[in-house]
Amino acid sequence: MKPAPFSYYRATSVEDAIAALSGADGMAAVLAGGQSLVPMLNLRLSPVDHLIDLRPIAALSRQEETPEAICYGALTTHAAFEDGAVPDGTNGLMRYAASHIAYRAVRNRGTLGGALALADPAADWLTTAVALDASVTLTGPDGQRYLAITDFVVGPYYTQIAEHEIIDSVVVPRRSATERWGYYKVAPKVGEYAKSLAVALVDSEKASARLVIGAWSDVPLVLEASAIALLDGAKKNDLTMVVQNELDLKMPSLSPAERRLHTATAVRAAEQTRS
Amino acid sequence: MKQSVSLTVNGRPVETTVEPRLSLADFLRLELRLTATHLGCEHGVCGACTVLIDGEPARSCIALTVSLSDAQITTLEGLADDPAMQVIKQAFHDKHGLQCGFCTSGMLISTRDLLKRTPNPSENTVRNGLSGNLCRCTGYQGIVRAVLKAAEDLAAS
Repeated sequence: MKPAPFSYYRATSVEDAIAALSGADGMAAVLAGGQSLVPMLNLRLSPVDHLIDLRPIAALSRQEETPEAICYGALTTHAAFEDGAVPDGTNGLMRYAASHIAYRAVRNRGTLGGALALADPAADWLTTAVALDASVTLTGPDGQRYLAITDFVVGPYYTQIAEHEIIDSVVVPRRSATERWGYYKVAPKVGEYAKSLAVALVDSEKASARLVIGAWSDVPLVLEASAIALLDGAKKNDLTMVVQNELDLKMPSLSPAERRLHTATAVRAAEQTRS
Repeated sequence: MKQSVSLTVNGRPVETTVEPRLSLADFLRLELRLTATHLGCEHGVCGACTVLIDGEPARSCIALTVSLSDAQITTLEGLADDPAMQVIKQAFHDKHGLQCGFCTSGMLISTRDLLKRTPNPSENTVRNGLSGNLCRCTGYQGIVRAVLKAAEDLAAS
């Protein structure tokens, strides 16, 4: 359980980190909170020759507010969300999601940007970010680019981050004050990665709804038909049928047990929006 | 290649050179001989190695020493005179909060932080709050009772 040797570089700025990434020969990786990467180094699952530490870069811990959105620096920790130490535009959804990630000792160091960069399909932030229509700002040698989260993540553990790019920040649009959310996670042990995860958002005044299923074998799945049924006030049994049908259509590879699990998770998240 | 790092451990400034791959847990145990910090799983799951980094609980097995420049590290040894920790230790003693004792250092540090953030926790809060610390003796009943007693005693003191 000891990592193989690697070199370590303390980056002083985003530009410095990108220069270090570009100049590295061999496999280079950036270190944010290290709560997934360092375990993988310990287990020697992640071959890294050069580790570039982003934590000293103060700019990556910033938060910026605009009337439409809040921009969170990539190094904003889960604990900062949990404690309400950073602004929230989601009626508390991000705070709730953050406080259910792993354990406090992990939340103190784990970061939003790091979690999205890993793109573990079972992790809380990825599904939450898809539900919230977040976008990701990437900085590389050629400047910055902005990707909607659904364009950013292309598969399990697979994102559009190019070789010499890092996540600078995550932009989360402000939700309307009349919106209600539901968040349901199935994890047999508290703090473990989810077996199933669903986020529901309903704003009947604005006639908008969103239902997203995460923690299956691919990127989070947006259930449009089910969201419309939810907005239309479908009763629980009817909603269950709609979700099941949509899952059959969009996740045909599910086993019967997984199908029931994800259906129940989605319906429970949806039900929370009207309780 | 070793790299230099300076940090503070239990109030004592430490300047040293370390291999980048050296975990904080191994640094504390092998180089500083602070052996209250235990290593169980060595990949951030079991919580036995929990210490305070800048006052906040963290897994020392997945913290790289080289990255902790200027950080303040506090281990269980550094909390020997901490009034809250003395109350918590006594409660663990009174309520059989340990059997083999391997997980205890991490349990104590997590408990101190939990009770600092939630001074009057329900049993459910305690179980959730300590879910990141595993006890392979499965002595959770005693641990939960100890934490609840510690909360009462701290409120009374």
